[in-house]
Amino acid sequence: MKTKGKRLILALWLATLLACGIIIARTSFVSDLSAFMPKAPSSRQQVLIDQFHDGIIARLIMIGIEGGDATERARLSLELGTRLRTSGLFVGVQNGDVATEQRDHAYFFDNRYLLSPDISPELFTVAGLHNAIGDSIDALSGNVGLILKKLFPRDPTGETLQLLEQFAGNNQPRNLNGVWASRNGTRAVLLAYTRAPGTDTEAQAHAVDFIRQTFDKLPDRQSSIHIAMSGTGVFSVKSRNTIEGQVTKLATASLALVICLLLLVYRSPRLLLLGLLPVLSGALAGVAAVSLIFGQVHGLTLGFGTTLIGEAVDYSIYFYLQRAGHLDPNHFWRTLWLGVSTSMAGFATLLFSGFPGLSQLGVYSLTGLISAAIVTRFVLSALLPRQLNLRDLSRAGWVLDTLLCHAARLRWVPVMLTLGACSVILAHSEKMWNRNLATLSPISKEDQECDLQLRNDLGSSDLRFMVVFTATNEEPALQGAEQVGTILRRLVRDKEIAGFNSPAFALPSLALQRAHQQDIPPAEEMRQRLQQALHGLPVTIDKLQGFLTDLQTTRTRPLLQRADLDGTSAALLVDSLLIKRPADTLVLMPLRPLNGSADTPLDINHVESVLQSARLAHPIVIDLLEESTRLFENYRQEILLQSGFGCFIICALLLGTLKSVSRTLRVVTPLFCAVVCDTAAILLSGTQLTILHLVGLLLVVAIGSNYALFFEGAERSQSAAERRQMQVSLVVATLTTVGSFGVLGRSSLPVLSAIGNTVSLGALFSFIFSAILTRGKNKMAMP
Amino acid sequence: MISGSLQTVKIPERIRTVFLVWLAWMLPFFSAHAENWNLPQLMQMMAQNKAGKASFVEKKYIGALDQPILSTGNLSFMTPDKLEKHTLTPKPESLILNGDQLTLDRPGKQSMTVSLEEYPEVATFIESIRGTLAGDRTALEKLYALKLTGQVENWQLVLTPKQERMSSIFSSIRISGSQAKVNSIELNQRDGDHSEMIITQIPDS
Repeated sequence: MKTKGKRLILALWLATLLACGIIIARTSFVSDLSAFMPKAPSSRQQVLIDQFHDGIIARLIMIGIEGGDATERARLSLELGTRLRTSGLFVGVQNGDVATEQRDHAYFFDNRYLLSPDISPELFTVAGLHNAIGDSIDALSGNVGLILKKLFPRDPTGETLQLLEQFAGNNQPRNLNGVWASRNGTRAVLLAYTRAPGTDTEAQAHAVDFIRQTFDKLPDRQSSIHIAMSGTGVFSVKSRNTIEGQVTKLATASLALVICLLLLVYRSPRLLLLGLLPVLSGALAGVAAVSLIFGQVHGLTLGFGTTLIGEAVDYSIYFYLQRAGHLDPNHFWRTLWLGVSTSMAGFATLLFSGFPGLSQLGVYSLTGLISAAIVTRFVLSALLPRQLNLRDLSRAGWVLDTLLCHAARLRWVPVMLTLGACSVILAHSEKMWNRNLATLSPISKEDQECDLQLRNDLGSSDLRFMVVFTATNEEPALQGAEQVGTILRRLVRDKEIAGFNSPAFALPSLALQRAHQQDIPPAEEMRQRLQQALHGLPVTIDKLQGFLTDLQTTRTRPLLQRADLDGTSAALLVDSLLIKRPADTLVLMPLRPLNGSADTPLDINHVESVLQSARLAHPIVIDLLEESTRLFENYRQEILLQSGFGCFIICALLLGTLKSVSRTLRVVTPLFCAVVCDTAAILLSGTQLTILHLVGLLLVVAIGSNYALFFEGAERSQSAAERRQMQVSLVVATLTTVGSFGVLGRSSLPVLSAIGNTVSLGALFSFIFSAILTRGKNKMAMP
Repeated sequence: MISGSLQTVKIPERIRTVFLVWLAWMLPFFSAHAENWNLPQLMQMMAQNKAGKASFVEKKYIGALDQPILSTGNLSFMTPDKLEKHTLTPKPESLILNGDQLTLDRPGKQSMTVSLEEYPEVATFIESIRGTLAGDRTALEKLYALKLTGQVENWQLVLTPKQERMSSIFSSIRISGSQAKVNSIELNQRDGDHSEMIITQIPDS
């Protein structure tokens, strides 16, 4: 290469690096849970995702106070609740305190004639009043008479109870010493709803910190009492911290490992630095590409980046060999490009993944590998002397060659192993897949268990079935909820469902409120009707003045708005079931299956058809559990299809370049065996497969194909020295890959560890099987 | 004559003295029940009750209403903590206490079960009846000041709540009975309302 050409290349390279650097400097790095939220394909599944993004569920922080005795926990819960409420960071804080309960009761009592489902013109006829008041008097004689008698003079028709009954059957946390407690009474529990949206990880982190600090500063707190927190926001913060911590650690460990290996083999700091150039250039280009395409870079992508180190450094290793004069350049570059192409075919399939995290990984790896290969080809060529004096590795080469020569006799081993692995996979075929989407989340098992416990304590775990629809804004949304509610009430009466929840229970549409106002007769008319209605009842009209006054107040009062609910727990009910989004309003109406048991399936198709036959065409009924399972199934199918396609492309590439079926088979067979044995090993370790393992297996094929290709190439080379050098390089390359993916496998993030373990083991298998299976029978160790 | 008459007088006089002394001596024995009729004894007697069934008529006097309202039904008790109240008129409903769980069933409405631990007021009230029926003095005295009057055949036990939050609702609960039977329970509320439940035992069949 001419000096001028070299300079041009180096200048281009440096300019590109600079550009990448500038792009990266302006990139926003995220590490929330968004990468684990698939782009859902169906409208039902979209609900799952919408809830996560916009719903109050995303703003919910569950707090448990543990340790000490119940009285002390109750005191701390009350103190903490008061302080959190005044902080302004939270829309609401619930802990079962008396003050909130009183506000709730006041809201429902004061607004009973706007809220009660029973308000109708018939109620205010003479007969209607007579029956309703008569029923109330009968109820006074019953066991709850003591509670009712206080309400009776102002609410003789029993509306307050009617409307409170709509909420009956909702799981409420247990109340102990005046605050919410867990079922077993060992924890006081609180719910805090942040003002900031759940997707704002920064604000969520601030809220979580604030809660912790506030709790730590509570006066006279015994040190044995501590808090546990959970919720989507808490998870986002935790996963961000974990990802950030892990990424740095993994990258450092991986790099250190590769540096040690390279130093050990080449014993030359100069070669080491040069060897790292393609890796670092690739990483920079990869991050820049992701930033340009996605607008942001997920922390996990950087985590995966460490694996790129293992793969890209191989190019330098192979190249040193070539430069040391052991390989025919043309043949070498052909093999290298083929290796790069097969790897790229593997990573390219990730581009189309429904998980944003995986498609980022695809873009990153694709760009990174091709950049690393280009830098190796042109920049490294320009920087390295034409004749490179490598450390003499021939002794190791001899030993290795002899070993591998004997290995060829072990052909039966991969075959037997693969057969054994097949039977293992068959034996596990029933429970091979883990269908739980939660396994993909970066949250540790302990945290997930803590979350489940707190959810159970708070009685919020039964959100499984719901009716969902959208409306243009709040008013039509509430009217829709009322229409659906009318049908659902019929289903409750027919014992098809046990009950349901609706935002309209606490906040009726303006139209309905107006109608209720119009149902109430004017003062004088009402007085006369009541007078007649009381005939034959043991109560006189002068005792019911409060009733008449309240009715007239209701007729003329301003209608209820969302703001009237502030400070009550009903506010949170409405906010969680009525989700305002930029374009529309999403309404959720949870259904309670009969027997209160979530195991009893509720016939969602039946409910949906009933709703549709009532000309309420747009509501859909979903089973969240089934949807999340189905979502997983969809992704599994998608990834299976993509992986299959990826493998097909790789085979086609090999066949097209090698131009020989038997050579292609020789390359593909070890890969196939490696994938099968890898899968069996994962299953045998007691792990169920997730889609991440599938991605891992795809990478095994993509990376393993390189080994097979180079082994095959070494096999065909005429010089034994060349072959020996090639084998030594392959060992080094394998070690870097196994090492860097192995480091990833040690990660505490399930996403990273699943891929890391799968690939490191698979790469090892590919290497060994390639070594054994690609070698022809007749080659001898001695030249 | 006089001496003779004196003589005749003296003899009965002596007999009378002897009789009086004897009577005075014996009196404690005769009136043993009346004199020693005390709380421990009532409690001990009540504790013999293992189970029982009764019918009831309850009258509630409520300020807002011109007349008392009546309800009737059956009661049953099984020691130590199973208590059932089945109202038949005017509206059927049943209230069942089983240990710490109190369940209210009303036709056409969702059954409601609460844990007494979560409702200290309800728990205190229920305890006044359960504790009396089971003869559980320790439990009663934890919550109420007890005062027993009357005789074994006709006793009154007045329970005055000790806790502030309870005494703000009830001024007293008056239980009357004979021997180990409870005949009526009267509930006096702070606001002047009161109720009275007349209980008639149903003999074991």
